Amino acid sequence: MSEIKDKTKKMEVSRRDFIKTGALVTTAAVVGGCGISKEEFLQQHFKELTQEDVKNIKKRLETEYEKEFGKKFSVSFKEPIPQTLFGYGLDISRCIGCRRCVYACVDENNLSIDPQIHWIQVLEMEKSKGVNFHHANLHYDREKVPDDDHFYLPVACQQCENPPCVKACPVEATWKEKDGIVVVDYNWCIGCRNCMAACPYGARHFNWKKPSYIDPKTKKKSELNEDTHYLGNRPRPQGIVDKCTFCVQRTREGKYPACVEICPVGARKFGNLLDPDSEISYILKNKRVLILKEELNTQPKFFYFYAT
Amino acid sequence: MMKNYNKYTVILVSLIGFIFFVTSLNSSSETKEQKKTEPIKKKQKKAIEHIQVPPPPFSEDIFPCSECHEDMEVNKEKRILEDAHADLIGEEIVLKHDEENRWCLDCHDAKNRDKLHLADGRLVDFKESYRLCGQCHGPKLRDWKKGVHGKRTGSWNGQKKYLLCANCHNPHSPKFKKLKPMPAPVKLRSK
Ligand code: HEC
Ligand code: HEC
Ligand code: HEC
Ligand code: HEC
Repeated sequence: MSEIKDKTKKMEVSRRDFIKTGALVTTAAVVGGCGISKEEFLQQHFKELTQEDVKNIKKRLETEYEKEFGKKFSVSFKEPIPQTLFGYGLDISRCIGCRRCVYACVDENNLSIDPQIHWIQVLEMEKSKGVNFHHANLHYDREKVPDDDHFYLPVACQQCENPPCVKACPVEATWKEKDGIVVVDYNWCIGCRNCMAACPYGARHFNWKKPSYIDPKTKKKSELNEDTHYLGNRPRPQGIVDKCTFCVQRTREGKYPACVEICPVGARKFGNLLDPDSEISYILKNKRVLILKEELNTQPKFFYFYAT
Repeated sequence: MMKNYNKYTVILVSLIGFIFFVTSLNSSSETKEQKKTEPIKKKQKKAIEHIQVPPPPFSEDIFPCSECHEDMEVNKEKRILEDAHADLIGEEIVLKHDEENRWCLDCHDAKNRDKLHLADGRLVDFKESYRLCGQCHGPKLRDWKKGVHGKRTGSWNGQKKYLLCANCHNPHSPKFKKLKPMPAPVKLRSK
């Protein structure tokens, strides 16, 4: 251990160095016991990966997923687009609570079917009470929507500029990218769930089990989306936290998020906050906008608005 | 390949906790500097002036309208239609759109049935029916052109497709139809 002490004095120890030296002793025992590959155990923090590392991880994961799911996957490491800060708008005066977005998100992002994980939670609220989380119903069940006395408020990750979840992570497994997307490295997450406690929006979800893609009721197996991003919708291991990434695998390719594409009423808007001509910039300038739990100073980049 | 991090990482992490924090503080302060420096370059903005819309959502075999209407006499009387279009579109059209003040030929051109017309008589193609709607719903058309009302698909930083008003609103009965919601999430058993 003396070697490590020397390095800390110089403040240049990396996690990898540490593991290599100090922890290699335990590696054999631990790795053997957990069935995790040596490469994954020794993987560096995302921000320190070299191009070579990225190539190897990509190959390793793609091989692993193909073996497991019987089809070819692509795991992208695409970086943020320069001069881009993503913002999202949701028109409360349009949303009808049909939940199409919830399931489009599940399919696009390979969310666990069993146990069920939904990144989007659509809340039904009484028109007479306004936006009020104490009178919100997540489990409304109606023949037809919208109900005339209610309005609907879908909530997912608010992609805060000042994200409390990031600060709560003891190992820096979650951070805000330059395009504003808060991401999780599933290979780095230790499953402590501090971030979940810190998130005021209930937007983080824990994979208690290895995700299953078979519906427990219908026994129907859903097809996985093979177009994935390392920081987004790639198949998740057990015991980690995941969350909405504004469909990083789509939006960094210039596409709209899946929830925007599916919304039958056009209540969902998405674009670049730094572009004064984007639809999201137009909304911020011209419409009545609200953000959730403003008093917490989380500075969401998810804006609710009234277009009418 | 099952993973079970908790066993080993928690031990390791608590060991290296403070070392890691110190190093991470250093690295994250660097990245912040680089942000938001350059303004958006002009070339990044793609010209999206041209409005791309899907074809009008006609019922099958109804267009061109002139196929029937060319030889028919125009009857400008407001009336209940019988044996007009039900064969092709399932039911007769009954106006529920400001019907007290309107009739079909306020929108459809009497002479050229394959076109719509504006209040001043100018003909408008069905592909541009939004121009007709916009005559009476100006603010909605403005928002639609900005991508705020209605829906855009395609690319947030490139070519976009707009849905026509008529994709969401039946011009004859424009109130948006209610939908059956997808299933509610499962309730977690309380622990
Ligand atoms: C407010 C303007 C407006 C009025 C009033 C109106 N229409 Fe239309 N109508 C339209 C537009 C716009 C379309 C094109 C819809 C589309 O793009 O598919 C259309 C489409 C149609 C179609 C084709 C429908 C289909 O299923 O493809 C028929 C037939 C028709 N109109 C007949 C009528 C008749 C008959 C009346 C009067 C009872 C009438 N319209 C009144 C605007 C109007
Ligand atoms: C299969 C033949 C057929 C086609 C195709 C057809 N129509 Fe008609 N249309 C009729 C008949 C028949 C009537 C009823 C005439 C009557 O009751 O006097 C009618 C009536 C109407 C009327 C009521 C006003 C009037 O002139 O009597 C409008 C408006 C109209 N059609 C619009 C359209 C439009 C727009 C289309 C194309 C999208 C279309 N029609 C296609 C057969 C047709
Ligand atoms: C000549 C004027 C005129 C034109 C053209 C017109 N509208 Fe309207 N529209 C009205 C008026 C007036 C109302 C309000 C009365 C009503 O609801 O019937 C209305 C109401 C509506 C509503 C609200 C319906 C509701 O019940 O909530 C919608 C949606 C709508 N129009 C869509 C359209 C679309 C789409 C078009 C083009 C195909 C169109 N309008 C063309 C005059 C017009
Ligand atoms: C993506 C679907 C969609 C498109 C495209 C769309 N609308 Fe709407 N529109 C809606 C919904 C949803 C509502 C709210 C529900 C309702 O009241 O019918 C609405 C409401 C309206 C209203 C009623 C007033 C209000 O604010 O509730 C008018 C008028 C209207 N739309 C006109 C238009 C016109 C004009 C266009 C084209 C320029 C258009 N819409 C395109 C979905 C759409």
